[in-house]
Amino acid sequence: MRAPIVVAGASMAGLRTAEQLRAAGWDGPIILIGDESHMPYNRPPLSKEVLAGRATFDSLAFRPRTAVADVTWRLGTKAVRADLDRHLVELDDGEALTYAGLVIATGMRPRRLRCPGPTTGRHTVRTLDDARGLRDALTRPGVRVVVVGAGFIGCEVAATAVALGAAEVTVVDPLPLPMIGPLGEPLARALRDRHEQRGVRFALGTGVTAFEGEDHVTGVILADGSVLAADVVVESVGSVANTEWLDGNGLDLTDGVLTDEHLRVGCRPDVVAVGDIARFPNARYDGVPRRVEHWSIPTDTAKHAARVLAAHLGGTESGLAPFAPLPTFWSDQHDFRLQSFGAPALGKDDIRVLEGDLDGDVLVGYHTDGRLVGVVALGGTAAAAAAARHRAELLKQPALTA
Amino acid sequence: MKVVVDMNKCQDHGQCVFAAPDVFSFDDAGRLAYVADPDDALRDEVEEAADVCPLQAIRIED
Repeated sequence: MRAPIVVAGASMAGLRTAEQLRAAGWDGPIILIGDESHMPYNRPPLSKEVLAGRATFDSLAFRPRTAVADVTWRLGTKAVRADLDRHLVELDDGEALTYAGLVIATGMRPRRLRCPGPTTGRHTVRTLDDARGLRDALTRPGVRVVVVGAGFIGCEVAATAVALGAAEVTVVDPLPLPMIGPLGEPLARALRDRHEQRGVRFALGTGVTAFEGEDHVTGVILADGSVLAADVVVESVGSVANTEWLDGNGLDLTDGVLTDEHLRVGCRPDVVAVGDIARFPNARYDGVPRRVEHWSIPTDTAKHAARVLAAHLGGTESGLAPFAPLPTFWSDQHDFRLQSFGAPALGKDDIRVLEGDLDGDVLVGYHTDGRLVGVVALGGTAAAAAAARHRAELLKQPALTA
Repeated sequence: MKVVVDMNKCQDHGQCVFAAPDVFSFDDAGRLAYVADPDDALRDEVEEAADVCPLQAIRIED
């Protein structure tokens, strides 16, 4: 029997890669290894519809294409070691798999705060089980909620907690404004104002030093000495790549798995990385390898990496141009949406309001050397549609380094 | 090929319109409109549209 392609990680990126391997002509065995017991599911609703109690698991589950009906799912199992010279992956149940091709799709896990104090009552939002546990906590009457980290997940959770009727919701972040990294100052300020108008409080420019309480968190101590009473704490302070199983193979594992311009890993044509663990150069921009945790990336990376890997295993070359996805992200908070196309983070030194104004529906443009490199809309669907009108222009752009 | 969009799930992201403009579009009121029985030659782009829908609201029935 032919050796399989082993896909380590059975979330969106793993599933999409399996599907795209079939589409690219690989008809050999495929084994997907996933540490969660669930089949792959869609994560964005976890901080919104699932927390709010409006979505069931059935509504989150991806529908795998019929082309992958014959793949082997090893759920509730994880890869614990790899020997890439010997084409081996070891699982936590002791089994060793020999692969023809390896897809690294083990993703990220939430970073945790290491401050002293109790751990009970502190939540993260990455998995379905996380979201269910947090929902149980948030739906108790009169809860006081402290969200640590004012990024995408923190802002979404804060909005959902307010909608659920929490007594107090406070977002803490050492940075001066929420989502200032991806948005830049003007839009981050507008975002803060909208949250405050809808009942979210902020403690910005200060970090968390400790948690109060005996068995269960009762308060959060900030660096300025103040204390926020808390029944529920949500830690949304970034993520850590699940790369430990790859240690010892001479790979660059600083912040995810470094890939080449075709998502190949460690100069090995039989190993690719996909999803938010992949630190890849984007040929559309400056070629600096970066991890990207946007929802579109698992699908984009899967398509490219699967073609590259299937071609190699078929004894040919993919003939593809270097990977150059157009980044896009969105975030639904309260009654408004943030919608982005392109790379606003590369143009934060030259931010211009393109349509509307910052108090209402607004479209903001981000520029490098006078050229538009990204847009972000804030507001209702009309604002998001305005952002979409710039997508074609952003797609046409040659690389910054060209 | 038969395409079904769960309009209860759809939140007008428009990613399907980018992926398969021959099948999906927005009407003048900004609501999603689509061809329910597109030609099989469009299968690749319809599959792409289904993949990129943030709400996973697009189903392809053969």
